[in-house]
Amino acid sequence: MTIVLKRIWLFYYEGFRSMTLGKTLWVIILIKLFIMFFILKVFFFRDELRVYDNEQEKQQHIIHELTLEKR
Amino acid sequence: MFLTTLTDLSRLQFALTAMFHWIFVPLTIGLGFIIAIMETYYVRSGKDFWKRTVKFWMNVFAVNFAIGIATGIILEFQFGTNWSNYAWFVGDIFGAPLAIEGIIAFFMESTFFAIMFFGWNKVSKNAHLTSTWLVALGTAISAYWILVANAWMQYPAGMEFNPDTARNEMVNFWAVATSPVAVNKFLHTILNAFVLGAVVVVGISAWYLKKKREEEFSRKSIKIAAIFGLVSILLLIYTGDGSAYHVAQKQPMKLAAMEGLYDGQNGTQLVAIGILNNKKFKALRDNDSLGFELEKPYVFQISVPKALSLLGYRDVNAFVPGINDIIKGGYKYKDSTGNYVTAQSLEEKILSGRIAINALASYNKAKNAGDEDGASASKKDLQENFKNFGYGYLKESKDIVPNVPLVFYSFRIMVLLGGYFLLFFILTLWLEQKEKIGRCKWYQNLAIISIPLVYICSQAGWIVAEVGRQPWTIQDLLPVQASVSGVSSSAVLTTVILFFVLFSVLLTAEISILLKVIKKGPASN
Repeated sequence: MTIVLKRIWLFYYEGFRSMTLGKTLWVIILIKLFIMFFILKVFFFRDELRVYDNEQEKQQHIIHELTLEKR
Repeated sequence: MFLTTLTDLSRLQFALTAMFHWIFVPLTIGLGFIIAIMETYYVRSGKDFWKRTVKFWMNVFAVNFAIGIATGIILEFQFGTNWSNYAWFVGDIFGAPLAIEGIIAFFMESTFFAIMFFGWNKVSKNAHLTSTWLVALGTAISAYWILVANAWMQYPAGMEFNPDTARNEMVNFWAVATSPVAVNKFLHTILNAFVLGAVVVVGISAWYLKKKREEEFSRKSIKIAAIFGLVSILLLIYTGDGSAYHVAQKQPMKLAAMEGLYDGQNGTQLVAIGILNNKKFKALRDNDSLGFELEKPYVFQISVPKALSLLGYRDVNAFVPGINDIIKGGYKYKDSTGNYVTAQSLEEKILSGRIAINALASYNKAKNAGDEDGASASKKDLQENFKNFGYGYLKESKDIVPNVPLVFYSFRIMVLLGGYFLLFFILTLWLEQKEKIGRCKWYQNLAIISIPLVYICSQAGWIVAEVGRQPWTIQDLLPVQASVSGVSSSAVLTTVILFFVLFSVLLTAEISILLKVIKKGPASN
């Protein structure tokens, strides 16, 4: 088991080490994921229903929204 | 006004993200399969030439994959924030396919992707080839589940609405997963991705020929991509016919908008080339009934007699309802059980929809008050009118009509470019067969110009599909204005601007890195 895990680790380790173009791409991927998950998701895309404590309250909110007169 | 602005901004944001995401996805899918075919040549022939060729196209694939990866997740962020009513209403029906897609995308693609890139000389040739094919298949399977979710919005099937939870619940997984709209949409979309991948390979290879570099690499890449592209475009045209048939049956307003058809008739013509009279659409939007009556639908048109009836209903004399017919109702059509029924007018549907919405409100009130009889009566009203639930949010005729000029012209751009790519692949193979492709400058320029054209064609197809189904997020059940959350429009505007900047930077990065990879060429491998 340990040998298998070590081989998998070495497979990825050596793969990443030998990358040339891939390093630039990984930098882009990491910056992009940071912007998406730690800036956009945290500050701009919070779940609208998070303010409700349970499913019942969420259901009531949605039913209220769907049956609003102004819609 | 506030709601209109918020809805429009939320739609703009979603459209911007989806269109940006769709720049990367089709190339990943199409190129993945072309690489797998090339690597099969390598394993069968054992020639290092093919290994070098595969490695070059894998670099192009890697750049596109890296820049495009996870851009689709932003769409899911938007569901929870801007479209929370919709996200709740669709419930697990949307969640299940997206979850399957996530699991498959993560485990299958990421596992075999690593072997595909890191596994040269570490695993056997056959194991590497299997990984490459599994990456390609993984992208296609991922696409399938996304398109199942999209198809369900266009043709809701296999679910029941639960008024206790205000959610649609899946009662038949296979009805959702194998709905005819989903299957056709998947085939049409995946073939579109194959064509796009093929055109990109031919275009880049033609650039090398123009620069008098890498002739063997370019000609063999062109040959494989052009055969792959030709087979794909022929099947694409076949599935396009299937799409038109399903749209005619399930989304007649979309078909009417695609054709700029205001008044239907038996044996309806198909407009091959035409210019719409925009005054007619403007009169409809402005509620100018006199202007609407007087204006003709087209300024100019060349049509194929009876072709729309044949394509939409497999009958040259079938009645194809126009925009006015769908608004006024009264025409006969075949429903999902195969029986002929009389179409309801928009007014009747709006009334029925309002009964359904009020029934949901009164059901909820009665249930909370412990009034079982009242709840039971309201539930019955809701069930009887649920098929028109979304119409209850509409107010007037113009609310049900999508942007006709945008759908009409996008459809023609897609079809004309589709026809062009059929000829393009035939021409490519003919020039290659005659061994003229290396000297034919005009063809090489044409192939390079075809790269942006194939993206335009692909995006135009999605505009037809998504703008054409307006005002619905879920066909007949939920329009866009009832789907949006009560977030502030300024917050949405801020993120629209942020996305625009982020996407522009990513696209610039993609193009500049790709150009570097292409300039280096396969020799660097």
